[in-house]
Amino acid sequence: MKLLVCISKTPDTTSKISFDSTGTKFNEEGIQYILNPYDEWYALVRAIELKEKFGGEVHVIHVGGSSSDMVIRKALAIGADAAFRVDIDPKDSFHTATQIANFAKAKDYQVVLLGKETIDHNASEVGPMLAAILDLPFLSYANKLEINDSTATVQIEVEGGVEVVEVQLPIVLSAAKGLAEQRIPNMKGIMDAKKKPLEILQAVECESRIQLVNYILPPAKTQVEMVAPENIDRLVSILRDELKLI
Amino acid sequence: MILVYIEHKAGQVKKVSLEALNLARQMASSEGTSCKAFVVGNDSLSVELGNYGVDEILKLPSADHLSQDQMVEVCSQIMASNNVKYFILGLSTLARSIAGQISIKTQSAMISGITGFRYDAGKGIYRKSVFSGKAFADISSTTKSSVLTVTANCFSAEPVGSQKANETIVELSIPAAKIKIIETKLVQGKTPLTEAAVVVSAGRGMKDPSNWGMIEELADLLGATTACSRPVADVGWRPHHEHVGQTGIAIRPNVYIAIGISGAIQHLAGVNNSRKIIVINKDPEAPFFKAADYGVCGDLFEIIPKLNEALKRLKS
Ligand SMILES: Cc1cc2nc3c(=O)[nH]c(=O)nc-3n(C[C@H](O)[C@H](O)[C@H](O)COP(=O)(O)OP(=O)(O)OC[C@H]3O[C@@H](n4cnc5c(N)ncnc54)[C@H](O)[C@@H]3O)c2cc1C
Ligand SMILES: Nc1ncnc2c1ncn2[C@@H]1O[C@H](COP(=O)(O)O)[C@@H](O)[C@H]1O
Repeated sequence: MKLLVCISKTPDTTSKISFDSTGTKFNEEGIQYILNPYDEWYALVRAIELKEKFGGEVHVIHVGGSSSDMVIRKALAIGADAAFRVDIDPKDSFHTATQIANFAKAKDYQVVLLGKETIDHNASEVGPMLAAILDLPFLSYANKLEINDSTATVQIEVEGGVEVVEVQLPIVLSAAKGLAEQRIPNMKGIMDAKKKPLEILQAVECESRIQLVNYILPPAKTQVEMVAPENIDRLVSILRDELKLI
Repeated sequence: MILVYIEHKAGQVKKVSLEALNLARQMASSEGTSCKAFVVGNDSLSVELGNYGVDEILKLPSADHLSQDQMVEVCSQIMASNNVKYFILGLSTLARSIAGQISIKTQSAMISGITGFRYDAGKGIYRKSVFSGKAFADISSTTKSSVLTVTANCFSAEPVGSQKANETIVELSIPAAKIKIIETKLVQGKTPLTEAAVVVSAGRGMKDPSNWGMIEELADLLGATTACSRPVADVGWRPHHEHVGQTGIAIRPNVYIAIGISGAIQHLAGVNNSRKIIVINKDPEAPFFKAADYGVCGDLFEIIPKLNEALKRLKS
């Protein structure tokens, strides 16, 4: 079974977010990047599990510059067999999806996995776009994936519950919590990762479809009003009169 | 033309679809164009949607529940055949899945998770939350048409009039479903977290899953949906779908009540867009107090039962 996992990087959540004076560029100085948790913990691990069960190969692909090689090596250390990096900074989700689709088309991947979202912009955009460009069915927010011959049985998150669906391979699927259990790379994995192939690919021409006007930071929180624990009346009045909950 | 996809169930329109209509109306009046609604199914919504300023309903009658791949097809067709400039959806799990696909099939820009909107020099500028809620980005589109999704609880869902919208039946070809639904398992009753206006959430400070009765009682009294921190879901004290935060669900209710939760940055990442935050924690140093609008520093096992009693008295 040939599996492709799309991996993105994201600033570590403890990062302090700031922008340049024009408000259009994210200050990368001092920012620590991590492999996007949904891609690492769920999409990649489930792909590796399927390979362990059925044989085959797990490839990872990333769209980004050479500063991303660290996170790509981590994916190899966890157990991917080969990595590909399209050497261009993504302009928007459409641009990213176009690059991945260009790589994946005609390569016969049976399952293309992504994370549910990149946690720095919570977009969930690349997956649906990629599926549509490749003209494959898209399963969004999957928390279970079983494969039987050419049929995938997938449990997806829907409002207030889950839906179990069946679909013929090949498919594109985004991974939510529950799809697999996080794996920590071991020493052997880390050593092996250094010898695994990481191929650099040329980007294809693609115009972005959106334009960033500017970033802004949210206004600082006004002072918190502390209520004494005995003062239940005040708490009730906040809920009733100020927040109008009752 | 601006077209809003209306999600509905048993004759009831999803609140976030009504909020999407609010954005659509603002845009339609600025651009001097019409605002129409796209309804799939057999529910009759002409009165309700009329009250929300819809000029016309384009309706695709269908007795069956369409699968997501079928929805992508019919939405793309209706966009193309009606020269739709903006196709707007309320951000639901369905919208998250299909909007990006529709944008590709219609060569449109895609802007997802809109929380605010303005016009600047004749150009629509959309605001969305980025960097796990630590910043906002203002974005515009550079293409002829756009697919937009609207985050819940950001635009008003108040009716604006009392008219009846005309219904026009549209004919679209519905392809065979590629994705077959085998089973749907829904947690009954509660408003989903992403749409909840009020959320009561609790963490490790609860000590034991058997203590959650008071949290559920408080949530019932306030008409709230319950949520929890990640460790609590990880050890199985609470179901996974309640887990909010960076790796759980991101929510933006009007009121978020955090009980026995320390306020770790990864937790805040999913809740810091809440309009008002109330924190109940016995540790004065808990980081959550810095993100709170109201704080109570004390023992939750004393405060919550007393609060519930007071609310019950008030209600009776
Ligand atoms: C990559 C990553 C992703 C993560 N993603 C998430 C996420 O999405 N969501 C999430 O929630 N966490 C997430 N976490 C975990 C996060 O860092 C915290 O560990 C977690 O949020 C803590 O949960 P808690 O506040 O319930 O528990 P604790 O941190 O243990 O806090 C318990 C709080 O209860 C208070 N308390 C105890 N007893 C009482 C009492 N009797 N009365 C009043 N207060 C009391 C204590 O003072 C304390 O502040 C993530 C961590 C990592 C590393
Ligand atoms: N630059 C990228 N390179 C490869 N995959 C990506 C990239 N950006 C996003 N993805 C994938 O798309 C998923 C959803 O991302 P997003 O649409 O950005 O929320 C991520 O979890 C990744 O699997």
